[in-house]
Amino acid sequence: MITEFTPLMSLFGGLLIGSSTVLLMLTLGRIMGATGVLAGFMQPSSATDWSWRAALLAGMVTAPALMTLVTGQAPEIQVPVNTLMMIVGGFIVGVGVTYGAGCTSGHGVCGMARFSPRSIAATITFMIFTAITVYVLRHVFGG
Amino acid sequence: MKRIVSTYFIGLIFGIGIMMSGMANPAKVLNFFDFFGTWDPSLIFVMGGAILVAAPGYWLVVARPAGKPLMDAKFHVPQNRKLDAKLIGGSAVFGVGWGIAGFCPGGALPAIGTLNPAVLIFTAALIAGIFAAKFTQNLTARRAKSATA
Repeated sequence: MITEFTPLMSLFGGLLIGSSTVLLMLTLGRIMGATGVLAGFMQPSSATDWSWRAALLAGMVTAPALMTLVTGQAPEIQVPVNTLMMIVGGFIVGVGVTYGAGCTSGHGVCGMARFSPRSIAATITFMIFTAITVYVLRHVFGG
Repeated sequence: MKRIVSTYFIGLIFGIGIMMSGMANPAKVLNFFDFFGTWDPSLIFVMGGAILVAAPGYWLVVARPAGKPLMDAKFHVPQNRKLDAKLIGGSAVFGVGWGIAGFCPGGALPAIGTLNPAVLIFTAALIAGIFAAKFTQNLTARRAKSATA
């Protein structure tokens, strides 16, 4: 499945992601890591700890509806893999980000922006393994 | 209340950023990693743009004379700087899963709002994986404790 090259949209999206990351650090002193926010939401250490995570997640999930309202067009989600791969992939991601203590947002953006050696190592590692996996699935097994 | 409202809007900005960027579109994510096929380099601009803002932004926030965030007593920033097998192994496993599904947690969470069935299935499996790993981690920690006791 070919996708359109969208450097400006992607750059603008990235700038918004970066801005929200800085704002969360400025207000609550917290890292904008999807893994950490979600894990803490499910197993909060206190009521105040749960409430900011719930508010953050509520903001995230209302974004598509707001965008559809403003642009009159739902954001594009194209899924080139089957349901089984979604289940297996999702489970593996959950295990990996828990042991690796972070994902693309936590390590790849926040950690990299803090020049954390752990996050730099984690980001390089998962990027390499994602690329290998995509190569094997698409070009060795032929997808 | 101020805390909840401002955090809601921060989540909204993050969500709009994710949806605009293409990070919530598995076809685009998988194409970013498919250098020898239908390569789409767009996503390099996402991480690039985000770090471009976050790196100086973080520096400015932490350098503020207050020495603490606006609505909390202190910064909650990981202090661990050691590389270990858990970090590298876990990240490698995450990479494999991301390459299979095309969603990462940050890409999937805002996309839940679209109610796209693939996102919902991914998120359910993601949560199951997180709980499974936490369970195993607790088990290993308890075993290590009883071994030293």
